[in-house]
Amino acid sequence: MTTLGDYLTVSGILFAIGFSGVLLRRNVIIIFMALELMLNAANLSLVAFSRFRLGDDGLPNYNAQVLVFFIITVAAAEVAVGLAIIVALYRTRRTTHVEDINSLKF
Amino acid sequence: MPSFLFWLFAIVMLVFGALVVINRNPIASALSLVVCFLGLSALFMALDAFFIGIIQVLVYAGAVMVLFLFIIMLLDLRAEERRKMNWFAFVGGFLVALSLLVQILAVIGSTRMAKQTFPPLASPHADDVRNVGLVLFGNYNLPFQVIAVLILVATIGVIVLSKRQLR
Repeated sequence: MTTLGDYLTVSGILFAIGFSGVLLRRNVIIIFMALELMLNAANLSLVAFSRFRLGDDGLPNYNAQVLVFFIITVAAAEVAVGLAIIVALYRTRRTTHVEDINSLKF
Repeated sequence: MPSFLFWLFAIVMLVFGALVVINRNPIASALSLVVCFLGLSALFMALDAFFIGIIQVLVYAGAVMVLFLFIIMLLDLRAEERRKMNWFAFVGGFLVALSLLVQILAVIGSTRMAKQTFPPLASPHADDVRNVGLVLFGNYNLPFQVIAVLILVATIGVIVLSKRQLR
């Protein structure tokens, strides 16, 4: 049988993969995809806890699933705005490489 | 769900999630992300969250990934040319991510709750979408409407941002 810890471990590994992608990659679009991985890792642990802590009626705790629903919605809106910013950035600077975008660097 | 199916989908998801970070070609990364999300939705369904699993496929594997591929096509991104890598930053970032992973695993390993299996549901064929909808439109009606306004704002923001001249 799978335990709660198995799901949390998978979720933690996925979060660490996304985190390493944000830290190591230099392409803005790949960094954005790694952000999505991290959001989804959080969703997986939320759903695992929703199934683990049953409500009084013996059904999953639907509050957590509604929170996941909200996270997915906000993430979709965030992707749309973020990609529009990347397009605007590419128009002015002709690059998607974060090391070329250094006007604010000290 | 049998244990081996869980591990099958989990390993597929983690391998393709790692490929997102490893691949040099942005299109290969985006397609790996699709497979990763499909595996994740299988895990959601294993947890009896059918609505969330379907939403995951529709919104992420459908809409968001099409958006990513469309932007990659629009910007005409090729595989990254190799640049001089900053090895100090690379090793530092890798160590930070690794220490985060070790810490997460240590916390999970020391929690007693993590070793328990999932309790059985009261009724195995519960009407999942109906129950989520009752909670969503009952307890969380106001946040739901706020989210609707947020999406409207995001739509307007995208249109303003992608105009050719910003005024």
